Amino acid sequence: MSGKEYRTITDVKGPLVFLEKTEPVAFGEIVQLRLTDGTMKNGQVLDTSDDMVVVQVFEGTAGVDLGSSVKFMGDVFKLPVSKDLIGRILDGAGRPRDGGPAIVAEGEADIIGAAINPYSRQSPHDFIQTGISAIDCCTTLVRGQKLPIFSASGLPHNDIALQIARQAKLKDSDEEFIVVFCAMGITAEEYNFFRSDLERTGALENAVLFVNLADDPAVERLITPRLALTAAEYLAFEQDYHVLVVYTDVTNYCDALRQIGAAREEVPGRRGYPGYMYTDLAMLYERAGLVKGKKGSITQFPILTMPGDDITHPIPDLSGYITEGQIVISRELHGSGIYPPINVLPSLSRLMGGCIGEKTTREDHKSVSDQMYAAYAQGRELRGLVAIVGEDALNERDKQLLDFSGLFEDKFLRQSRDENRSIDETLDLCWDLMQNISTKYLVRLDQKWIDKYHPTEKK
Amino acid sequence: MSDENGVIYRISGPVVTATGIRSRMYEVVRVGHEGLMGEVIELHGDKSVIQVYEDTSGIRPGEPVVRTGQTLSVQLGPGLLTQIYDGIQRPLPVLEKTMGTFIERGVDADGLDLEKVWDFEAAVSVGDEVAPGAVIGTVQETETIVHKVMLPPNHSGKVASIESGSFNVTQTVCTLEDGTEIQMMQKWPVRTPRPYHQKYAPDTPLITGMRILDFLFPLAKGGAAGIPGPFGSGKTVTQQSLAKYSDAQIVVYIGCGERGNEMTEVLDEFPHLIDPNTGKPLMNRTVMIANTSNMPVAAREASVYTGITIAEYFRDMGYDVALMADSTSRWAEAMREISSRLEEMPGEEGYPAYLSSRLAEFYERAGRVETLEGEDGSVTVIGAVSPPGGDISEPVSQGTLRIVKVFWGLDAGLARQRHFPAINWLSSYSLYPQSLDQWFRDNIATDFPEIRTEISSLLQVEAELQEIVQLVGSDALPVDQQLTLEVARMIREFFLQQNGFHDVDAYTGLEQQYKMAKAILTFQDSAKKALAAGGLLEDVVNVPARTNLMRDRFEPGYVDRVDGLVDEMNQQIAAAAEEN
Repeated sequence: MSGKEYRTITDVKGPLVFLEKTEPVAFGEIVQLRLTDGTMKNGQVLDTSDDMVVVQVFEGTAGVDLGSSVKFMGDVFKLPVSKDLIGRILDGAGRPRDGGPAIVAEGEADIIGAAINPYSRQSPHDFIQTGISAIDCCTTLVRGQKLPIFSASGLPHNDIALQIARQAKLKDSDEEFIVVFCAMGITAEEYNFFRSDLERTGALENAVLFVNLADDPAVERLITPRLALTAAEYLAFEQDYHVLVVYTDVTNYCDALRQIGAAREEVPGRRGYPGYMYTDLAMLYERAGLVKGKKGSITQFPILTMPGDDITHPIPDLSGYITEGQIVISRELHGSGIYPPINVLPSLSRLMGGCIGEKTTREDHKSVSDQMYAAYAQGRELRGLVAIVGEDALNERDKQLLDFSGLFEDKFLRQSRDENRSIDETLDLCWDLMQNISTKYLVRLDQKWIDKYHPTEKK
Repeated sequence: MSDENGVIYRISGPVVTATGIRSRMYEVVRVGHEGLMGEVIELHGDKSVIQVYEDTSGIRPGEPVVRTGQTLSVQLGPGLLTQIYDGIQRPLPVLEKTMGTFIERGVDADGLDLEKVWDFEAAVSVGDEVAPGAVIGTVQETETIVHKVMLPPNHSGKVASIESGSFNVTQTVCTLEDGTEIQMMQKWPVRTPRPYHQKYAPDTPLITGMRILDFLFPLAKGGAAGIPGPFGSGKTVTQQSLAKYSDAQIVVYIGCGERGNEMTEVLDEFPHLIDPNTGKPLMNRTVMIANTSNMPVAAREASVYTGITIAEYFRDMGYDVALMADSTSRWAEAMREISSRLEEMPGEEGYPAYLSSRLAEFYERAGRVETLEGEDGSVTVIGAVSPPGGDISEPVSQGTLRIVKVFWGLDAGLARQRHFPAINWLSSYSLYPQSLDQWFRDNIATDFPEIRTEISSLLQVEAELQEIVQLVGSDALPVDQQLTLEVARMIREFFLQQNGFHDVDAYTGLEQQYKMAKAILTFQDSAKKALAAGGLLEDVVNVPARTNLMRDRFEPGYVDRVDGLVDEMNQQIAAAAEEN
C-alpha cells in the first residue's frame, strides 16, 4: 500500500478507534498507530467502508488522541513461522519476550487459519497416557482431541495441566510432544509457575510460549491464541511434530471478546457475551486434530475457569458443545485434600470409545472403566441417603458401594504431582479396589475379565 | 457503471455492502477480486447488503461485485447420493482436490459431477403428454436407489424426442414439442419449497429400531421431531442412530455448525455399515452436508436449506426421506450473527424477531405429500436443538416445540447415570399415536396401543413412588408397590436402555419391541399371582429365568426365543411361590 499516514481519527471508544476518509482499507488489515508523543501501537481493522474505518487497538487506546496518525500495513495479521519457534518465549502479539533475536521466518501464515475440510480429517485413535489414573481410565485423552479442563478459581488446574504436559506420551513410545503454551490474561505469578516448571523439567526446550499477562492489553488476548494455534499448525502439519497446545484461561479470552462487543455497541447475547462467541470459540477449538497424509497432530488442552463454579455459564456451556468432552475439577474433592480433584462423574471423553481396548490400552479397559464409574456414582449417591437415615439402614450391597466411593477417592483419584502411573498400573489398581465389592454386585464387568484379572477370583 | 457490476462500499465480517448494482433479494453475487460467493439479503436505496459464504479478510472497499441473476440454488440430479457437501453444495472431496487439507476461498465447485456418464432409461415415449414433475426416465444411481429423472416443475408439453442411453447430467435426454430441452440435472432455489399436489395426514410410523422412540414416542413418516438436550446428553449419537437405522429410503444428514471430527466419524463409519432394511451399505441412501462450526457462518445459515431442498427432490420421486439437522441451534445462531451485523432490532436473547417464523417455515417443509406425479412421498425432519445450559425455555427450543409434534427430551441426569438413549420418558411426548395406532393394530398387534399405555402409566406411577422412596426408603412400601418399582426398573433397564453401539441391541424390530413390552407385563401378572399365593418378593424377582430373559436380548434371533423364555420365567415364578 501507499504507506500513507492518516490523521483523520474522529472517535475513540474503549479499545476502538474510528477514522474517516482513507484509502480503501482491507477487512482484517493490520494497522500501526503513532501517538503524538511518538508511542507506537498496533491494531486491526474490524469494519471498513468508503466513509469510515473501525480499528481495534491491541495495546488499548490509552494516550490516543484525535491527532494520532494511523498507517495501514496492507496485509492481514500473519505470523512468521519457523522451526526456530521451538524453545522461544513470545509475547501476546508474537514478539520475542525472552530477549532473544527476532524469529527468522521460513514462511508466513495467516493467523485466522482456514477450516480443515472435514473430508480431509482423520479420526483420532491413538491413546495418550497422561499417567493420571482418573483421566487415563475414565476420560481417556486421544491424540488429536480437544479436551478442556473445566475448573474454577482457587483450584489446582495449573498443576494438572503441567503434570499432563510433562507426562503425556503414547503408550510404549518415547516420542515427545512439542508443547505450545498460550497464556491469556493470567497473572505473572501463574506464568512464572508454568515457566519455572517447564524450565525445571527441561520441557522448555521443546516448547513455544505465547504470553499475554493480566496487565497486558486485553484486546491483544484475542490474537494470542490464534498465534499459538498458527504456530501449532505449522509445527504439526508442516514439520510433522505432535503438538500439545495448553491455553489458559479461556474465560479471560471470552471477557476480552465481550469488551470489544460492548465497545462496538453490538447486541449482546447471554450474560453480555456476543452472539457470535460460539463461532469464535469454534475457530480456536476446531484447530485440533489429525489430517490425512500428515504425520503430525494437534491435541488441545484448554483451561477455563467457570465463573461461580457454574457449568451452565456461557463460557463452559459453549465450550462443551464444541470440544470433545471435558475434565471437571471439583471444589469439594479439593476441599477434602485430594489431588488431582477430578470429578469423573460430569467428566467425559467423547473419543474414548474408539481408542481403548485390546489393541491400544488393555482388553478389560472399557468394562473396568464402566464398572468403576457406576460403582462410584452409586456410592456417591448413597452418601446423601446416609446423611438422612444413617449407615446402619443400608443393606450389604449399599454398604460396600459406600465404602468403595471413599476408596475410589483416596486410592484411585489421589496421586502425587509427580506420580506417573502406566495404564496397566491404573487398571490393576482398579481391580485391587473392586475387590472390596462382592463380585455379584459387579454387574458391568464381563465374567471373562473377572476370571482373568480379579485378584482373588481369577482362575 | 452498469446495473450488473458494482463495487464494495463496506465490509463488516461476513456482511458486505455494495453500491452500483440493481440486485434482487436473495440473488447470488460474486464479491471482490476473488469472486467470493454471496447472497443479497437486504436492499437500501442503491446499496445491496450481501452475506458472504466465505471469509472476507483482506477484501477492500472498491473491489468489484458482480450479479449472477440467479438465486441460491442447488443442482439436482444423479450423483447426489453418497456425496458429502459443504453448506452451499460444494462437494468436499472436490474441494480437497483443488485446495488441499484446508478450505481456502474463492473456489467454485459443481454440486454434481458434470462429466460422469449415467445409464438413462426412458420411461415415456415420443408423443406422450408430460406434466410438470412427470418421471421421464430412470437411472440406477446406487445399488439400492433408482433415481427418477423428472420434468422440472415449471415445464410440461408433448415429448418430441427421448432416448435411452449413456449421458452426463448436462446432455439433453428429452425434447418437448415447444423446443424445450430437458437434461437430467435441474436447478432449484433453496429458499423456495418444491411444489406438490397436496399434503396428507401422516399415517405410517418411521421405524427407527430405537425402542423408546418407536414404542413410546413414535414419529410419523412426514412428521417433524425436535431433540433438545444439553451437551454430552447424546444428541449426536441419537441422530446418527436414526440416520443408520430408520426405515426411510433416503437419508439427508446435515452437520450444521458442529464438530469436524463427528463428520469424519460418519464418513469413516457409514460406508461399512449395512442398512438393516436392504442389506446394502448405508452410504448408498445417504447425502451428507457438513458445515462445521468453524466454517463460514453464512454458509451454515444456508446449509439447512440446501439439505431440505435435496430431501424434497427425492420426496418428489416418491421416496420416504428422513432429514436430520444437527444442530438447528447453530443455524439459529448463524441467523442471529448475520442479523446483528445488519443492526436489526433484536428479539429475545438477541435472536432476530423472525426466528420463530423461519423455524416454522423450515419444519413446514416436512410432510407426507401426493407428488406432482401422483405418487406418495414424504420428508421427515428431525432437528437437534442445543439449548444453552440445557434450559429449554430459550427461544430456539420454544420456537421448535411450538411446531413439531414429537419431542424427544434428552436429559443430562440420565446420561450421567449412563442410561442411554438418555431420553426422558416423563417429559418427552408424541402427538402421533392417534393417527398411527391403526397402523400398529393392523401390522403388529391389535393390542399394541393398550400395551403402550400400560407401560407408560407404570413409568408414571414409578415416578410418584420414587418420591416416597426418597423419604422413607423402599422397604417401607407395601409389597405390591415394591413389585411395581421392580417392574418399572425392568422397563427402564431391559426395554428403554439400548446400546447404540452393540451389534444386536442397536436395532430392535417392532415385533420384538412388542414382545419385550408384553414380557414385562407378563412378569408383572405372574409375580402378582405368586405374591398372592404367598410367594416372597425376593424369590419371585430373582428367578434365574428372568435374568436370562433380560440378558439374552444381546444375542441374535432373540425375537424367536422370547416366548420360550417368558414361559420358563412363569414356571419358575410359580414354583417360587409354591416353595413357601
